[in-house]
Amino acid sequence: MRLWLTPVIWVAFLCALAALLPAMAPLFSWVEGGTDNLIYTRNSFYTLLQSHIWLVLASATMGTLVAVSAGIFVTRPAGCDFMPLVSQMASIGQTVPPVAVLALAVPAMGFGEKPTLFALILYGLLPILRNTLAGLGGINPAVLDSAKGMGMSSVQVLFKVELPLAGRVILAGIRTSVTINIATAAIGSTIGARTLGDPVIAGLVNGNTAYVLQGAILIGLLALATDSLFEALERTWARAFSARAHKA
Amino acid sequence: MIELKGVTRRFGEAVAVDNIDLTIETGEVCVLVGSSGCGKSTTLRMINRLLPRTSGEILVDGEDINKADPEALRLNMGYAIQSTGLFPHWTVARNIGVVPTLLKWPAQKRDERVTELLALLGLDPETDARKYPHQLSGGQAQRVGVARALAGDPNILLMDEPFGALDAITRENLQQEMLRIQRQLNKTTVFVTHDIDEALKLASRIAVMDQGRIIQHDTPEAILRRPASAFVENLIGKGDRGLKLLALRTVSDLMERHPEPRYSEPGSDSLNESDSLRIALSMMLWTNTERLAVLDATGAEVGIVNREQLLKVGA
Repeated sequence: MRLWLTPVIWVAFLCALAALLPAMAPLFSWVEGGTDNLIYTRNSFYTLLQSHIWLVLASATMGTLVAVSAGIFVTRPAGCDFMPLVSQMASIGQTVPPVAVLALAVPAMGFGEKPTLFALILYGLLPILRNTLAGLGGINPAVLDSAKGMGMSSVQVLFKVELPLAGRVILAGIRTSVTINIATAAIGSTIGARTLGDPVIAGLVNGNTAYVLQGAILIGLLALATDSLFEALERTWARAFSARAHKA
Repeated sequence: MIELKGVTRRFGEAVAVDNIDLTIETGEVCVLVGSSGCGKSTTLRMINRLLPRTSGEILVDGEDINKADPEALRLNMGYAIQSTGLFPHWTVARNIGVVPTLLKWPAQKRDERVTELLALLGLDPETDARKYPHQLSGGQAQRVGVARALAGDPNILLMDEPFGALDAITRENLQQEMLRIQRQLNKTTVFVTHDIDEALKLASRIAVMDQGRIIQHDTPEAILRRPASAFVENLIGKGDRGLKLLALRTVSDLMERHPEPRYSEPGSDSLNESDSLRIALSMMLWTNTERLAVLDATGAEVGIVNREQLLKVGA
């Protein structure tokens, strides 16, 4: 259980700070003197945090579903013809900046959360897809040969052998994707999604550094908390499915 | 009984297995031997349909294997390979229990079977069962591989160079165990190896393969005495053919049996009933004697081997 201690501490810290920030006005007057608007008040930080998390969670779930199924599909005999196409798309897609995806999504889908969600899903897909391919491809072929030779059906080979063995690498891909998307979601504020990027954008527009700081600190903490959550998750997975971790 | 009739396998233009006919009787150990790339592994993998055949027929107990469901077919054929292919995320016990689990045996029956097999293969059911594959030595991992192949009590055992990656001593030990297990279980076995000594030791019949064809299919003794071609002669090694022949038979085949067991003086040179004639000859040369006493498992002297007789057999 000690494994989960660090993420719990981070999450508690994040929630506490979101609640206490409005009371910390004197602290911010150091940074931004000469104004009364020291604390961002258009929405409560909790509301922003909630909708930020919702955006990331929804996009990560969708992205994982799509990327893992695509990764599985192209490693089956039926889909192996699509393998070069899909892995190429995965690497090319990574070179397009998320802002560009957002800008392109607006004319098609209008302002708000929908285009942000779309961009997040699209952008978060790629690390997961890449790691799914690496994880499934990295399994010792002798293990798959014997699994098949023992009499497992392809579905059994997938769920009993391939996914447990590739799981840790796939999980690492999801971790990268979610961490990137926590940062990217903030940009969604520019096209009208309600996220922790709101205070940052408002601060930049009005020249108020205190706003910028408040948004940035919460986004940073959210990223840290999520990352340590995944760290614990990966270790738990390793304990359940991979022998290496038993030694440690 | 496994019958291959005119079986051919092509990979693109290349012919890996070229129109072979082979019959493997129930309970016999058929060893496919040849250099790498001769098609022996391909032949083995066609029997459990890991590879489809290009043409020909493969029958198991008279039934065409293509008519059966491939998974059901494989569940009834134990499969052990050189690199073991143990599941790295499962314990030894779970690895061995994989086929019983697939066959939906009740948990208790499966656990009993796992314990039984660990003991049969000389592994400790208490400590080794809980280990993970990476914690095993090469020899232990291969024992687990063989145990896993036997777990579902299959009628047929397919082994693809299972001892190929082991050191000489471990390999020798595992070959002895194989012989012992085979005497106990009598599985129809197809065993692939490139090591002619391993083939001579384990086989009831050997099929020598070269360039996708079977050059000779016969008992080890017949292969040694009447090699069908220069290739076979080369493979078995002309020089020590006599010794290899002696290695095929045990002392108990040849000894003059005493009417009643005697008790010899302890410390004198003697042989065991299960020793090969090759060992008997070596011992005679070493001690420079004409006759050696043969002891049974309890240590009682049950017979005598003499050199003249032994030399006659080798010829």
